[in-house]
Amino acid sequence: MTQITRDDVLHLAQLSSLELSEPEIDGLRTDISNILGYVEQLSKLDTNNIEPTYQVTGLSNVWRNDEVINYGVTREELLARAPESVDFQVKVPKVL
Amino acid sequence: MTISDTLQQIKDSSARAVIENVIKLAKDNADFHALLNLTEERALKRADEVDAGKITGKLAGVPFVVKDNFLAFGAPTTAASKMLENFDAPLQATAVEKLEAEGAICIGKANLDAFAHGGSTENSAFGPTKNAIDPTRVAGGSSGGSAAITALNVVPFALGSDTGGSIRQPASFNGVVGIKPTYGTISRYGVVAMASSTDVIGSFTTNVADAELVMEIMSGRDVRDMTTLPDFFKIEAQASPKQKIGLIKDFMTDAVDIDVRNRINEYADKLRADGHIVEEVNLPMAEYSLAIYYIIVPAELSSNLARYDGIRYGYRADGIKTLAELYGQTRDQGFVTENKRRIMIGSYVLSSGFFDAYYLQAQKARTLLINEFDELFKTYDVLIGPVAPTPAFKLGENTADPIKMYMCDIMTVPASLVGLPAISVPAGVSESGLPIGVQLMGPMRSDAKLLALARSMETK
Repeated sequence: MTQITRDDVLHLAQLSSLELSEPEIDGLRTDISNILGYVEQLSKLDTNNIEPTYQVTGLSNVWRNDEVINYGVTREELLARAPESVDFQVKVPKVL
Repeated sequence: MTISDTLQQIKDSSARAVIENVIKLAKDNADFHALLNLTEERALKRADEVDAGKITGKLAGVPFVVKDNFLAFGAPTTAASKMLENFDAPLQATAVEKLEAEGAICIGKANLDAFAHGGSTENSAFGPTKNAIDPTRVAGGSSGGSAAITALNVVPFALGSDTGGSIRQPASFNGVVGIKPTYGTISRYGVVAMASSTDVIGSFTTNVADAELVMEIMSGRDVRDMTTLPDFFKIEAQASPKQKIGLIKDFMTDAVDIDVRNRINEYADKLRADGHIVEEVNLPMAEYSLAIYYIIVPAELSSNLARYDGIRYGYRADGIKTLAELYGQTRDQGFVTENKRRIMIGSYVLSSGFFDAYYLQAQKARTLLINEFDELFKTYDVLIGPVAPTPAFKLGENTADPIKMYMCDIMTVPASLVGLPAISVPAGVSESGLPIGVQLMGPMRSDAKLLALARSMETK
């Protein structure tokens, strides 16, 4: 059964852009170990020559007319939902 | 309360009087915590427009509630999360728009497990919803608020979303009708995405005819959701006689509550008495369904929830110096633990070293499950079984152990993974008076036939 270490949890958190707070880490380690332990039962199934299913409707190449759809929403309305904006742009902390 | 009762009330008084009364009822029932916000002002304005003849349609003035992961005007769309606590939708979901076009009036936004992750509504960032019949018990989930508010007879219908049972299980726990349509029947445009290959939206109603009416209005292809199927849903007046029905034996083991098994067996007997043939059938892949589900769904939702980054909308953590901190702390503070658990599982099963063993293997196992259903539908028109292994459990009973909570989904995830239509309809109560639902499943696009069968059995 998969054993998840504290470092694994921190790595997964980093992959997921989550800065976990200390009290949550141990609980998540136990839960994730248990859940992975449970789902591992699928390894018992013989899936040789079985195609994977990614979607169930069989729809493919769905087209629509190349027309502009009016969503009734303005740039101002969308920018108003950003935590910070300036000069019609979303403002974020320094990257570098 | 049914839709036709409500239309009669509007005729006898006014839309305004009906909506005012419904809002009062919703407030009187606040202890159940079924609703997160009312959309009172907008609802009353629309009621006046109905009374003035400016708004007309099949549902003119009829109140409804949406699960708070549907974008809808009049109150924030929170997904029961701190992440979206103050998010005002700039547009409305197609399903809501279609109902409004027929005159329906949204009066409030229902509680759910945050981002629809859960089976009891206990993962709501704003506190759980209580069961409509026994307030010491859960309402089920994730659409617990929508189920409870319908069962409390506040509104004749409510909308929910179902990714692995989130409509059917709370419908069973509260004693109302819940439908998860064929994948792709109703546009998901404007609904907070969870797992794109199984997410569907549907309704809670107090009878089957209302479910059919609401579905007829909401269904149909939408260019804003390219996964929608070409229009196919058309209400069937009569149930087909002498249907061949399979009772799924794998869902009737000793591990399942005896009252649940008894009610399902009684329902099977009623079907027989009505001239249908009911036989026990095997679905050996059923035992693997939950494992398939808890790989595929976390994988998909970890991608879908990547958009909540504190940049363009929603919550942003305070006191941040770098962009990495902004992402990390916003997401840590904006999500509940169950969100994080599932996102991290998703990241794990999609990691390069583990992808084949987990995600790819699950997608192949999904094919094996589909094959089993296909085989059964060569012989049977409909499959039946319980919705959940037990009636509603106690608040707090399953919160300590995520796997125990996931087990409650074991009978609902198969139809989700395959895309099948599935309905939960009331089948009686347990010895202690708790509602128990029976689940009816049919082949893809058989929604109308399935609903007609459920309707024909309603008074029997």
